[in-house]
Amino acid sequence: MAILELNNVTIRFGGLVAVNDVNLKVEEGTIQALIGPNGAGKSTLFNLITGIYTPTSGSISFKGKAVSGTPTYRIAAAGIGRTFQNIRLFTDLTVLDNVLIGAHSRGKWNLAGALMKLSPWVQKEEGALLDLARECLQMVDLTYRAFELSGNLPYGEQRRLEIARALALKPAIILLDEPAAGMNPQEKSELMAMIKRIRETGVTVFLVEHDMKFVMGISDRIAVLDYGEKIAEGVHEEIRQNPKVIEAYLGKGAADAHA
Amino acid sequence: MFLQQLINGIALGSTYALIALGYTMVYGIITLINFAHGEIFMVGAFVGLFATAILKVNYLVAILIAMVVCMLLGMFIERVAYRPLRKSSRLSALISAIGVSIFLSTLAQMLFGANAKGYPEGVFPVKQITIGSAEISTLQLLIIAISAVLMISLEFIVHKTKIGKAMRATSEDYNTAALMGINVNMVISFTFALGSALAAAGGVLVGLLFNAVSFNMGLMAGLKAFAAAVLGGIGSIPGAMLGGLLLGVTEVAGVASGFSSYRDAIAFAILVLVLLVKPTGLLGRKIQKKV
Amino acid sequence: MGDFFLHLLGYVNPYYLQIIVNIGIGIILALGLNVVTGLTGQLSLGHAAFMSIGAFTSAVLTIKIGMPFSINLLLTGFITAAVAALIGLPILRLTGDYLAICTLGFAEIVKVIFLNLEITNKALGLSVPTPNTAIPMPVVVWIVVLLTIVCVTFIHNSRFGRALMAVRGDEIAAEAMGINVTRYKVQSFAIGAFIAGVGGALYAHFMGYINPSDFGFLKSVDILSMVVLGGLGSIAGSVIGASILSAAPEFLRFMANYRMLVYGGLLVCMMIFRPNGLMGGTSFTEMVLRALGRKPRLKIIMEQKNSELTRSGNGDT
Ligand SMILES: Nc1ncnc2c1ncn2[C@@H]1O[C@H](COP(=O)(O)OP(=O)(O)OP(=O)(O)O)[C@@H](O)[C@H]1O
Ligand SMILES: [Mg+2]
Repeated sequence: MAILELNNVTIRFGGLVAVNDVNLKVEEGTIQALIGPNGAGKSTLFNLITGIYTPTSGSISFKGKAVSGTPTYRIAAAGIGRTFQNIRLFTDLTVLDNVLIGAHSRGKWNLAGALMKLSPWVQKEEGALLDLARECLQMVDLTYRAFELSGNLPYGEQRRLEIARALALKPAIILLDEPAAGMNPQEKSELMAMIKRIRETGVTVFLVEHDMKFVMGISDRIAVLDYGEKIAEGVHEEIRQNPKVIEAYLGKGAADAHA
Repeated sequence: MFLQQLINGIALGSTYALIALGYTMVYGIITLINFAHGEIFMVGAFVGLFATAILKVNYLVAILIAMVVCMLLGMFIERVAYRPLRKSSRLSALISAIGVSIFLSTLAQMLFGANAKGYPEGVFPVKQITIGSAEISTLQLLIIAISAVLMISLEFIVHKTKIGKAMRATSEDYNTAALMGINVNMVISFTFALGSALAAAGGVLVGLLFNAVSFNMGLMAGLKAFAAAVLGGIGSIPGAMLGGLLLGVTEVAGVASGFSSYRDAIAFAILVLVLLVKPTGLLGRKIQKKV
Repeated sequence: MGDFFLHLLGYVNPYYLQIIVNIGIGIILALGLNVVTGLTGQLSLGHAAFMSIGAFTSAVLTIKIGMPFSINLLLTGFITAAVAALIGLPILRLTGDYLAICTLGFAEIVKVIFLNLEITNKALGLSVPTPNTAIPMPVVVWIVVLLTIVCVTFIHNSRFGRALMAVRGDEIAAEAMGINVTRYKVQSFAIGAFIAGVGGALYAHFMGYINPSDFGFLKSVDILSMVVLGGLGSIAGSVIGASILSAAPEFLRFMANYRMLVYGGLLVCMMIFRPNGLMGGTSFTEMVLRALGRKPRLKIIMEQKNSELTRSGNGDT
């Protein structure tokens, strides 16, 4: 069953059509990749799914329910976690606090809970959130950093922390925007293992990535975006040999030479 | 009666517009509300006062002197209080701006006293002209004329000169402008200089209009001018002009219809309404924040 | 019990008593603003307006109805919070700098309204009768100070407080974590107003006379300076900042004469040189725990859990 479904999704920014009439299905339990040249509209697509942008036309549904037009925080709480291409951690807070914030929608107690902080009910919830946060940190090997300021982490760990924070939502699907950007080969292969582990826990993964080796090594299906339009979709081999894809990446001449 | 009020409103509104331009230009480039802008206007009024009272110069010369002094002041403030914070959070820059504003107005109070001062008699000999049923003073006409000249000059600078082009580029996209080799620091300094000069001219004109200059005149005028800038669409130069005029006319109309004790609240009511109904203002562009 | 306190206070020089109470009220106001500006990152330049609303509300309640002071305080807090929520709902959707201007505008409007209302005695101001409490006012003020510190500390270390900090850090990321940003902003605004309202009520009844002009822009800057001096977001900082700035004019001639000048310079210099405040952002609880040689509870729990894991053999690093 498709957990996430995009139907004829389009968004315009003034004259620019950043995403043009895109149809896409992400199957539950898979690792789906989205690739395309710079400026193709990949991040914009993630922003559309998470409700940060509203589509000019078309619709998006998650677990069979329409989500376009719903506020971002509802979409997140419904089970769509995400990371950002330009890392957006709460840099002045600790690693643990970042993940606890990710677990926000798994808790209930608000202001009243804060004032009754010492009551057993609130303590119980805090304990549960803490457990969840710890699990998520463990998933990305960051437990040992729990009490450091997230802004002081090296780049690669910041990317992993973003993943942990998104996992704390207990999402059904997680959107990763260039998770491997800026990582060295060693970190990349560790990340691949982590993402596979995440999928093992039943979370669907939808990722944008420029590193082809990474994409080919990890994803079940790949979709290609160019100038806002979906130009191809399929498994590795289909994508690798698709002339449109080669053209989009290498230019027209290359495609002819290849053919 | 109507014509009378309209002229009153336009004259007042022109001064708001002059101040509003400074807010809008600075906001357009570094997205900071230059809280000290109202105080620059106040300093301009004082410089004009001293120029006419002590140096005994002509009012036009006084306006020029005030403009030059405030240009330097504006650039100095930017250099000292804002530039070090350009990479910090916007909250920090805003708090710093409030600090500058408080500092300047308190300093003025200590130096010049708490009482309002008037311009020397006869600096600008006011005559009344009767048009139909309306009594219009030559001072009001002067204000409108000088504001018009200054705003046209500004339009010229922004659209026809090299530095103006750099300003527009920087306000369009700060980072790209810097990458393209535009000296962003210079552009920002220049923007503060321009805005401060306009505010200074506004200060002298308001000083003449109400014949009162005081240390705390900047706060209210600054806030109203800011409201005008938002009404017109923050970041938009024609918007600031339009917003200033509209605000002036509305305020005069409000007072004329018996709300004089709520005079200062009118601007805020307008501000809040605009922000709620059309946050981009009348002439502002809608920008979707990039994520 | 009231007699006991009265007896005790009899030994204190009334001049110092006044300063001690001023410090207490300063701390309450600073803590309230710190929730809004320090914790949630929303610059409010109209905090004095909420103090004003609280002062006049409780004064009118005392004059017209005359209920027990504790109920009066609570009611005042809730009324002020309700006003804040009402005006916060529309304006808090705005981004930071617009919000600052709007709160300032709102404060001016409140002042103008109070200056024109019959019930607040227009520009003449109100004389406020002494409240009917068994406990003397200075003690009441400091009880409220302690309560406020406790409540605000609880808020800081809770799911609710973390959501506020997320809003401060990055609104888009906060939304993406399932946090309803507008709702938390409004709530934080209302909490800040509640505390300011209570502070205003105490001020009114301690001073015995209030005037709308006492609660202008400069008063708001006063409170903001306390928070900034102590460090945005730091409870201990607000307490210390408020203490220093409330006491300084009494002891330093220079501060009395040039107060606003110093505040202006202070705001600029703090932002440039010590954005985390005098204390550099250390927290109250941490300080106390460190003094006692203990670690924060959270740290202990985490360490326990990690060692359990290592023992069971599947722990990481
Ligand atoms: N809020 C916005 N306003 C205007 N244009 C936008 C906005 N967001 C994105 N765009 C434009 O939409 C296009 C697609 O951008 P997007 O960030 O989605 O690309 P991308 O595929 O993620 O590229 P990259 O690989 O470089 O991250 C770009 O031309 C970009 O400038
Ligand atoms: Mg992208």
